[in-house]
Amino acid sequence: MHSSQNLSIYVHIPFCARKCLYCDFLSFTAEKELINRYFDALSKEICLNADTYKDYTVKSVFFGGGTPSLPDAEYICDILDLLHSKFIFGEDAEITIEMNPGTVSFDKLIKYKAAGINRLSIGAQSFNDDELKKLGRIHDFATFIKTYEAAVEVGFENINIDLMSALPGQSLETYLSTLKKAVELKPTHISAYSLIVEEGTPFFDMELDLPDEDTDRLMYHETKRIIAESGYHRYEISNYAFGDGEKNECYHNKVYWERGNYLGLGLGASSMIENVRFSNITDIMEYIGRLSASESVVSEKEELSFESQMEEFMFLGLRLVKGVDMDLFYRQFGKKAEDVYGDVIVKYKTLGLIEIDGNRLRLTEKGLDVSNTVMAEFCF
Amino acid sequence: MDQSKIRNFCIVAHIDHGKSTLADRMIEKTGVLTMREMTSQVLDNMDIERERGITIKSQAVRMIYKAKDGEEYTFNMIDTPGHVDFGYEVSRSLAACDGAILVVDATQGVEAQTLANVYMALDHDLDVFPVINKIDLPSAQPDEVKEEIEDVIGIEAHDAPLISAKNGIGIEEVLEAVVQKIPAPTGDAAKPLTALIFDSIYDSYRGVIVFVRIRDGVIKKGMKVRFMATGAEAEVVEVGYFGPGRFIPSDDLSAGDVGYFTASIKNIQDTRVGDTVTDSANPCAEALPGYKKVMPMVYCGLYPADSAHYSDLRDALEKLQLNDASLFYEPETSQALGFGFRAGFLGLLHLEVIQERLEREYDLNLVTTAPGVVYKVHKNDGTVFDLTNPTNLPDPTEIDYMEEPIVSGEIMVTTEYVGAIMQLCQERRGKYLSTDYIEQTRAILKYELPLNEIIYDFFDALKSRSRGYASFDYELKGYERSELVKLDILINREEVDALSFIVHKDGAYERGRKMCERLKEEIPRHLFEIPIQAAVGGKIIARETVKAYRKDVLAKCYGGDITRKKKLLEKQKEGKKKMRQIGNVEVPQAAFLSVLKLDSGD
Repeated sequence: MHSSQNLSIYVHIPFCARKCLYCDFLSFTAEKELINRYFDALSKEICLNADTYKDYTVKSVFFGGGTPSLPDAEYICDILDLLHSKFIFGEDAEITIEMNPGTVSFDKLIKYKAAGINRLSIGAQSFNDDELKKLGRIHDFATFIKTYEAAVEVGFENINIDLMSALPGQSLETYLSTLKKAVELKPTHISAYSLIVEEGTPFFDMELDLPDEDTDRLMYHETKRIIAESGYHRYEISNYAFGDGEKNECYHNKVYWERGNYLGLGLGASSMIENVRFSNITDIMEYIGRLSASESVVSEKEELSFESQMEEFMFLGLRLVKGVDMDLFYRQFGKKAEDVYGDVIVKYKTLGLIEIDGNRLRLTEKGLDVSNTVMAEFCF
Repeated sequence: MDQSKIRNFCIVAHIDHGKSTLADRMIEKTGVLTMREMTSQVLDNMDIERERGITIKSQAVRMIYKAKDGEEYTFNMIDTPGHVDFGYEVSRSLAACDGAILVVDATQGVEAQTLANVYMALDHDLDVFPVINKIDLPSAQPDEVKEEIEDVIGIEAHDAPLISAKNGIGIEEVLEAVVQKIPAPTGDAAKPLTALIFDSIYDSYRGVIVFVRIRDGVIKKGMKVRFMATGAEAEVVEVGYFGPGRFIPSDDLSAGDVGYFTASIKNIQDTRVGDTVTDSANPCAEALPGYKKVMPMVYCGLYPADSAHYSDLRDALEKLQLNDASLFYEPETSQALGFGFRAGFLGLLHLEVIQERLEREYDLNLVTTAPGVVYKVHKNDGTVFDLTNPTNLPDPTEIDYMEEPIVSGEIMVTTEYVGAIMQLCQERRGKYLSTDYIEQTRAILKYELPLNEIIYDFFDALKSRSRGYASFDYELKGYERSELVKLDILINREEVDALSFIVHKDGAYERGRKMCERLKEEIPRHLFEIPIQAAVGGKIIARETVKAYRKDVLAKCYGGDITRKKKLLEKQKEGKKKMRQIGNVEVPQAAFLSVLKLDSGD
């Protein structure tokens, strides 16, 4: 599906109106002047890179953050225009922007649409105002609904809603209520994650009223049940698409799991091109400085060893519900997955955590629940 | 060298009374070391010693002191351990000395190990003089302590130097006392070489370095020497003195000297501590008495975490045994842990020290099984054998009866804590013998205690129940018949031999229950439920369950940052490597020592 000529582009917009208490992504608040300079630098990075990828066809673009919807629409539209002029785009490339309710006006949505954005990912997280407040979000449920309805009205057909479970102060009831409201809206896509309290975030040092383990697990299982009953299919551990086919699945997301080529642009963005992983520097002043001198902003580069490629193939591919293609494994590496990972496969097959169906090796329902444990064993 | 100008001595003290600090100050004052060279506690040169603030291995150092009489004296000071576990080490060091300085803490007075060490010194015919340390502390009671030394130990103390080793007060007085009160050696340099090995270490460049006290004769480079116990012979490559933290080569060592030599020693087993070295060409008539061979009191299994490192562990043990003759080991096999060794130690601290040295100095990753004592098993067929590994206990139907080692213990404690300490001894199956009051506020409690009740955490319990005021000393009394059973642990219904231990039948239920609770905390959750059971004679007496986890999912993988997630998975996998696979269950190495922690938190 991803020939070596295909390319996905990730563009990182590190700005937020306010940093959420659980967030450990590269994001911060910034003054207009810094935002200006950042977008100038980003444009420069695009221009510097364009020639390298002249033989590639862009199949998807993803504006992530941060809050890409925070800066004026023109910034994003200009970047997208620039990408269009410097890269060759496939006919129906998927172009997504992440947005947070409270940062998007009707007018902004119209501009996005006009610039060619055809998919929205809305960070709703919860529909319960108390829970939203505890997360440090700037929006409430009413704001979300306004944003969502505006998006539909403007004509966006492909919309994702991001939800989170295991939140401080959340009960099974409040979570289920959020879930049910979400499926009633019938977005084409739902991402549902459990909160993970990461070191370095304010949450890590706070006394949190988190749901107990049993409730957490119930929430997780109810997510699967309720979303599935509402006409969605799960295609990745945390992602659900409406209907049966691949149509509503997020193409860009799958590129990561199937190890397609992707180019990350912007502060701290990660890339993988032809089995070389690299990422950009994370200091914004240095990022701006280097680009103004037309210097590279790549900080770390790792040429993946044969072994790394095999382990990635397995543990990334297993995130997808359909699993990994073992014939493809053999074609890529000249070895059978059963020979390389014989013990692990037998062990987890016996435990009922993985199954083989034709050329596909995949996690079972039970295996998906404990995917970390299983995936870790595919590392060398 | 003129023997009348040599003083060979050691410092003895109860742990924490300031022995090593005094040694440092004396080295500083005698000027062999500049202030810059002084690191804290020069003599405690093993990492573990400095970290724990205890002396484990004997160390020797030579100093030159210009006394008030205008003469220069050579001091050979041999540092000794203070902990009761290392009594054997003390004994080795004492044999190389002619006198001893007894350090007593002015705030604590005489303690159980003060007595033990002084008696050991007197047994070796050493002249002992006391110094009172820590006089700078507000709670110091030098006069009372002097009186106590005279009353309790029976040595003269009225003119004992009052010092503060920490602040360098009174050190000159101690040095002068060494000249005055410690006798000069009395050997004869003209006689055939007779030298006592009191220690040895292995150096990767020079091979075995042998520490000797020359009784008679002379040892010099090029000479052929014989080790009398083993009969091995070797040519001397280098001789010299102990500088602080280094070796200083010299032309020879003669009667009365303390120093080292290296030789073309092929087999490190040839040099045994306590053996006598003589001149091959002109041997002495008989060997020096040497030391009493000590028997290990505590045994445990030592296994490499990675079975591929079995031979590394064997080499490391061989080298450690060289300068720690009290370490005993022999190969054994465990179903759970594979190939390893059953090792014997003087006590639990000794065990911990060896374990740490193996891990630090030899870079080994070890799994240690629960320590136990040596039981005597009397079988129905009339035979008796020593049981060092619980796994080897025969079927109960074959056993007539069993005996366990009993120690005579002396606990010195201030009167207000007598009740608490008696309570503790009772809990540990102690048999009360007597209470002697040394003075109005202090008493010596005498108990007989089963050794296996004191090897784990008895010291800690003593300290915590007496706010640090109790001190303890013991010696092996003998064996007594006892109702003992083997407690087995089953993890996921599989008996784990490495976790079995012997326990008195009255304590079996309690111990089994605690063991299960402890293991439940140590064993991480798996994909399935894991029952942990304790059993005696096949009957389950306690059970806990490690619940299965049912959710372990990666967080959002943002913007294709795969590298970070990969690191997480690798960390997870790395964690597994530190585990031992028992059936389907991964057990952390620490779990094998769970039995040690059963009483903590009481």
